[in-house]
Amino acid sequence: MMSRDIIDVKAETSALNTQKMWVIMGPQHPFSHGLWTLKAQLDGEIVVDAEPIIGYLHRGWEKECENRTYPKIIPMADRLCYAASMTYTHLYCMTVEKALGIDIPEKAKYIRIMADEICRIQSHLMWLAAVGTDLGNLTVFLWAMREREFFMDLNVRMCGARMTTNFPRIGGVRNDIDDEFAMFATRCVERFEKALWDIIAMVDDSSIFVSRMKGTGILTRERCANLGITGPAMRGTGVDFDVRRDDPYDNYDQMDFVVPVLKDGDSYSRYRVRIEEMFQSCKIIKQALQKVKAIGRNAPYRLKVPSKVPAGRAFMRMEDPRGESMMYLVSDGSEKPYRLKVRSPIFVNVSAAKPLVQGCRIADVPAVMAMIDMCLGETDR
Amino acid sequence: MAYSSILDWIQFRDMMANPFYPYDTYNLPFDISYKLWEILGGLIAWLVNLIIPGNGLSTWLISDEVSNAFALILFMVVIFLVAFVVTLLSLWMERKVLGRLMDRRGTMIGLKGFLQNVADGLKTFMKENVIPRRVDKMTYMWTVSLVIGTSVLIACMIPLSERWYVVSYGTGLLIIMAIFALAPFFILVSGWAQNNKYSLIGGMRAAELMISYEVPMLIMIATTCLMAGSFSIFDIVNMQGDTVWFFIPQIIGFITFIFCATAEAERVPFDIAEAEAELVEGWQTEYAGMKWGLIMLADYLRGYVSCAMVVIMYLGGWLIPFASDGINGLLPEVVFLTKVWIVFFAMVILRGALARVRTDQIVNIGWKVFMPLSVVNLAVVLLLKFGGVF
Amino acid sequence: MADEIYQAPSVQEISDLLTDKFSGKVEITRTAERRVYAKAEKDSIYEVCRYIHDNLTFEQATSIMGNDMKDHMEVIYHLSNYFTGVMIELTVKLPADDLHIRSVAEIWGGGDWHERETYELFGIIFDGHPKLKRLLTPDTYEFYPFRKSYKLRGQE
Repeated sequence: MMSRDIIDVKAETSALNTQKMWVIMGPQHPFSHGLWTLKAQLDGEIVVDAEPIIGYLHRGWEKECENRTYPKIIPMADRLCYAASMTYTHLYCMTVEKALGIDIPEKAKYIRIMADEICRIQSHLMWLAAVGTDLGNLTVFLWAMREREFFMDLNVRMCGARMTTNFPRIGGVRNDIDDEFAMFATRCVERFEKALWDIIAMVDDSSIFVSRMKGTGILTRERCANLGITGPAMRGTGVDFDVRRDDPYDNYDQMDFVVPVLKDGDSYSRYRVRIEEMFQSCKIIKQALQKVKAIGRNAPYRLKVPSKVPAGRAFMRMEDPRGESMMYLVSDGSEKPYRLKVRSPIFVNVSAAKPLVQGCRIADVPAVMAMIDMCLGETDR
Repeated sequence: MAYSSILDWIQFRDMMANPFYPYDTYNLPFDISYKLWEILGGLIAWLVNLIIPGNGLSTWLISDEVSNAFALILFMVVIFLVAFVVTLLSLWMERKVLGRLMDRRGTMIGLKGFLQNVADGLKTFMKENVIPRRVDKMTYMWTVSLVIGTSVLIACMIPLSERWYVVSYGTGLLIIMAIFALAPFFILVSGWAQNNKYSLIGGMRAAELMISYEVPMLIMIATTCLMAGSFSIFDIVNMQGDTVWFFIPQIIGFITFIFCATAEAERVPFDIAEAEAELVEGWQTEYAGMKWGLIMLADYLRGYVSCAMVVIMYLGGWLIPFASDGINGLLPEVVFLTKVWIVFFAMVILRGALARVRTDQIVNIGWKVFMPLSVVNLAVVLLLKFGGVF
Repeated sequence: MADEIYQAPSVQEISDLLTDKFSGKVEITRTAERRVYAKAEKDSIYEVCRYIHDNLTFEQATSIMGNDMKDHMEVIYHLSNYFTGVMIELTVKLPADDLHIRSVAEIWGGGDWHERETYELFGIIFDGHPKLKRLLTPDTYEFYPFRKSYKLRGQE
C-alpha cells in the first residue's frame, strides 16, 4: 500500500505535464512567401506535426484555358509564376508544338533556352533574397535583389517587359535578339559571376548562416524521390536527375553544363545546389549567345502555325527553376484546348512539408520551407 | 513702492552655496536646470511682483528650497531629453549605416534623414490604440509600461562624465545591471498576457535568452569591478585613466562582453524574442500604435545603455589618453557619447552581416563559449591582480 | 515479388515486361524515345503501379490527373524514372457511373495531393486514400468544377 503510493507520486512528478499547441503560420505570416498556411503542432519549440494548407489563390487556371484560343493562353501562362514567367510560357508553347507536330527554327530554340536560364537566375536570386530574410538578415535580401535587377534589365532588352514577359510564341519567339543584346547579356553575366561571390562570401563564410542551414530539413534520397520533391531541393538530397540533361527538350542536349548534386540532404546542400545552378545558367547563357551568333542574323525565329491543333494528346516536361513542371494537352481539333493540365513542382513539394519540418525547431521552419522556394501562383493555379 | 528691476529677481546665485543642493560635487545638468529656473522663476516672480508689489509668492518662488525643487523637475527633463536625443541619433545612424551596407541610401527625409525618426515617432502616436479583446488587460499594460520605464530609467542613469550624472552611487554599475536585467521578466509575463501563441513563444525565448547570457555577463562585470576595486562607475573610469583602458588586459572579456551586450539589447543576431521570420513580431505582436513605438524607443535606449556599459567598463569612459582629463578637458560628455556611437556602429555592422541564431544555439553559445571565456578572463585578471600589475 | 529489379530499364524492356506480366490488363499503345504510352485496366491499376514502382524503379509519380471525356472519365498517370529519364503514361478509363479507383498514394507519397486534387475537381474517388478531402476549393463546395458539365460563363 505504502510503496504503491510512492510509485504513483513518482510517476506523477516525473511526467512533465506539457501540452502541445497548434500554431497557424499563414496566410498573413511573414514567413509564408505567398498565401499559404502551415499548421504546425509544437511541443515546446519543436515541431511534432505539420499540415500545409493551400488553395487561397485557386483561380481555376486550367478550366479557364478551356475557354480560350491557343495564342490567348500565352499571357496567362506568364501569370502562373511571376518570378520565372518565361519558363511556363515556354513549356506551354512546347506542348502545343508537340501536339501540332512541328519543329521550330534552331534560332528560336536557343533564344528560348537563354530566356529560360535568365529566368532561372532571376528566380534563384529571389529565392536567395527570401532565404536571407527568413534567416533574419536583410543584407542578403537587398544584395540578391540588386543582382536580380540586372537580369530584369536583360529581360527588358530582350522583349520589352520586366516580369510578365509574354515572349515565347507557338512556333518560335516574339522577336529576334540583336547584337546590342548579346553585348549587354555577356557583360551582365560576366559581372554577375563575380558579384555572386559577394553573397556567397557573406553566407558561406558566416558560421551562423551555415549552422542555421546545416542539419535541418533532412530527407533521405528514397524518401525525397517518393514524396515527389523535384528540382534543386531534390538534387540537394542526392537524386541525380535533371530534365534538361536526362530528358532534353529544345536544344539542351547541345549545351555543355554540369548538374550539381549533393548527397547531404539538408537545407545547406539545397542552398549550395541552387548557388551552383546559377553559375551553370551563366555558362549556358554564354553558350546560347554564341550559337545564336553562329546561326546568323537573318535566320528565321518564328514559324507560322495553324490556329487549330489536330485532335490528340501531347505532354512535355521541363526543368523549371523550382522543379519539374509538366503540361498535358488534350485537343479535340478545335481552336481551344479540350483540357490543359499543369503539373506544378511546388504543388508536390509543399505537400512534403510535414516530413520536412517534423522534428525541426520552429525557428528552422522558415529556413527549411524557404529551400523549396514557394510560389503560390503555380501551386494553386 | 519703488520699481524693482528684473535683475533684482534673477540673481544667478551659486547653486553650490544653496544649502539644499543635492550633490557633493559639481553637477552640470543640475547647473543648467538651476540656471533655467533662475531665469524662469525670476521672471515669474518679477511679473507677479509688478502686479501685486510686495507679495509673498515672489519671494517664495526664488527662495533656496523652492528653486531647488523646481530645478530638480527641470533636471529630469534635461536628463531625459539628452538620453532621448542620443537614442534618436543612434537610430538615425543605424538606418543610414545599415542602408549603406545594403547598397541603398537609408532614410532621406530632412536633415540627411534624421527627421524621418521624428516623423515615425509622430506617426506611431497618431495610430489607433488597439487592444485585443481577450488579453489580460492589467498585465498587458503594466508589463509594457515596466519594460519601457526600466529602459528609460537606466538610460537616464548612465553618467556621461564626472559632472553629468543623476546619482553617484558607490554601486552604480551593479544597480544599472540589476535594472537592466529586469526587462526579460516583464517580457515573459507580457508574452503570456497577450493571449497570442507567438507572443507566448517570444516571451519564453526572452527568458531562454536571459539565462544564456546573464551569468557570463555578470562574471565579466565582477571581473571589471575586481580590477578597479570598486563598483562605482567613477572609480572604474578613473582607474582606467590611471592605468590603461581595461580592454587591453581584458581583451577576451571585451570581445565577449560586446556580444553579451548585443544579447542584452536584443539586437541581431540575438533578437530571438522578436524573430520576425517565424514569430511575426515575437512578444511585441499584440502591441499596436504608440505602445509599439515606445517599445521600439525602449529597444534603442537599451542598445544605448549596452554600448555605454562597454565604454564605461573597457574603453575608458569619458577619458582620452594623453589629454587633460577631468572636468576641464575636452568636453568629456561628447567624448563619452562618441565612444558610445563607435561601439553602436560595431553593433550595426554585426546586424548587417549576421543572421539570427536559433534558441538552442544561443544557449550553447552562452554556456559553452561565453561562460568559459568569461572565467578565463577572470583568471587573467586575478593573475594580474596577484602579480601586482594592477 | 521475387521478380528481377530493373534499375534503368529501356523503353523496349518496359513494354515487353509490362505486356508479359499483365497480359490483357495493360496494353502498350505506342512508344517513343524515352516515352511509353500504355492503357491499363481499372481493377489492376494498383498491382501495375506496384510493379512499376518496385521492379522497374519508377520512383516518382510526376502527375496524376483526371480528364472528363463526357461519356467516361480518365485517370492519367505519368510515372518517371530517375536513372534514364523514361516516362510511362498510363491511361485508365473509368465508366461514368462508377468513378472509383484504387489509390496509389501509398506507393508514391507524391501522388497524395494529385489524387486529392483530381477528386475535388472531377469527383473521382480514390479508394484507400489517407485523406480524401478538398484541397484547392473550399470544403463547402458541392460540385466538381472541372467536369465538362460545369459550364463557365461564355461557354455555350
